[in-house]
Amino acid sequence: MGMTITEKILAAHAGLDKVEPGELIEVSVDFSLANDITAPIAIERFRQSGAEKLYDVARIALVPDHFVPNKDIESATQCQLLREFAVEHKLPHFYEVGRMGIEHALLPEQGLVLPGDVVVGADSHTCTYGGLGAFATGVGSTDLAAVMITGRTWFRVPASIKFIFQGNLRPWVTGKDLILYTIGQIGVDGARYRAMEFTGSVIAQLSMDQRLTMANMAIEAGAKNGIIAPDECTRTFVEERAQRSYQFYQSDADAQYEQVITYNVSEIEPQVALPPSPANSQPVSSLDEIPIDQVVIGSCTNGRIEDLRLAAQLLKSRRVAPRVRCLIIPATQAIYRQAMDEGLFTIFLEAEAAISTPTCGPCLGGHMGILAAGERAVATTNRNFVGRMGHPESEVYLASPAVAAASAVLGRIAGPEEL
Amino acid sequence: MKLSGKAWKFGADIDTDAIIPARYLNTSDPKELAQHCMEDADPEFAQKVSPGDVIVAGKNFGCGSSREHAPIAIKAAGVSCVIAASFARIFYRNAFNMGLPILESEEAAADVVTGEQLEIDLAAGTIVNKSRNLTYKAQPVPPFMQELVAGGGLIPYVMKRLDTSS
Repeated sequence: MGMTITEKILAAHAGLDKVEPGELIEVSVDFSLANDITAPIAIERFRQSGAEKLYDVARIALVPDHFVPNKDIESATQCQLLREFAVEHKLPHFYEVGRMGIEHALLPEQGLVLPGDVVVGADSHTCTYGGLGAFATGVGSTDLAAVMITGRTWFRVPASIKFIFQGNLRPWVTGKDLILYTIGQIGVDGARYRAMEFTGSVIAQLSMDQRLTMANMAIEAGAKNGIIAPDECTRTFVEERAQRSYQFYQSDADAQYEQVITYNVSEIEPQVALPPSPANSQPVSSLDEIPIDQVVIGSCTNGRIEDLRLAAQLLKSRRVAPRVRCLIIPATQAIYRQAMDEGLFTIFLEAEAAISTPTCGPCLGGHMGILAAGERAVATTNRNFVGRMGHPESEVYLASPAVAAASAVLGRIAGPEEL
Repeated sequence: MKLSGKAWKFGADIDTDAIIPARYLNTSDPKELAQHCMEDADPEFAQKVSPGDVIVAGKNFGCGSSREHAPIAIKAAGVSCVIAASFARIFYRNAFNMGLPILESEEAAADVVTGEQLEIDLAAGTIVNKSRNLTYKAQPVPPFMQELVAGGGLIPYVMKRLDTSS
């Protein structure tokens, strides 16, 4: 009996020929990361343990991205703690404002996380790197501290659910719509403790940016990891960036899946997930008129260059509706520069959108676009829980950059075809 | 290990933003986090909760972010145990790593109401509802995880094991 891509990566990192779902294994970790919210606790645990050295300084990244540029004195203090730790241990991968990016956009871009890796991050959206064909999952700060010391961690091997996406994508339907639709079908715990393996002719045609978007939201279905088998698209993306060697794994034809789910994407419209759950996804055309106050285009889910190009395509020669604030947040410095060089900033500025330096900022209600009571936002982010972007009585609607841009122009939740 | 306290009932899919909103994550001080515990699910929870009390919730408790601030806030608020029909996986690991005991029990999650007095035996995996004289079954907590809880979490547990082996 064969293995899935997830099982193969885990087996290889556990030094085993074969692993099965449910098995408890200890694996070596290729790369680990933490941010300005989770690293302070990990550093405290590291010090508490009495450890003096990290297992490998080149295999950890500390990325202050959530509350940066420092939003208040407390946040500045947290970033200071990371900075001092990075200096003390001579970490080569500490990213300061001006050189940073949102961690899950930055690390693939820098070639630090690669196909076939086991990546563990103190951030739940670490699962993003599954888009590259890596096993990547989020952990808490204490688990991360143990990884920082030993370079190893334990896992229960997850059973896999195979998703097959067939058919032809309709206009304006993106990876974001596919993942919102999927979570809507299976629920926020539909893949709890499971590996979500995205396959099919539609996935094979998706760009790397869109693959990363899909894997990013696996956690929103409760999954341990999301994964897409690497192919030529992956090779093209990683070969010019990789800072280490990497390996492509593929699921065997006779691999065992707990479930196989097939979707015909020809039936899928652009989606919107209504608050307060990412599983409340609906076709945008089915929604009544819902006026909005803010649009956020960015985040680890949809702040990459292709997302900005898509938004620009719709905002070109148009204007953000009066009384709507449209915030555009390129996810990394490189994306920021590229968007500028391509002239996207001119389009955004002429549309009267605001462009921000990279930050997670409003996605988690940190800063740079907080909502007041009763306010409503369309965001290309990943969570629409109660109070996620500000006041507990504000609302977040999740959508693709295309739906977000169209909504910004029309001042209500709208599909691109309405423009 | 036995615990007892009053139950506070919550629904399904309680996410980590409800347990501790990100707007308070500019600190990891347990006392400050405790003041905002469960704030977006029940704004008065931190004021109402007494030491030893128990959170009882539906399926998928702790879904969302990997923030360890969530179990830290719950523990620092004085909650002795969380019982849920099921837990999100990152929260599950974080809770034990923090020394916060949690139990999966569909029976208790479905039946217990706020205010009832519970008595929990982690080793036996039983939850007694003293208010109605009922007993619910739960997954027992294995001995090494009880030790982890008693010792205050993963790091003290690991340090203790290192001491004994050297």
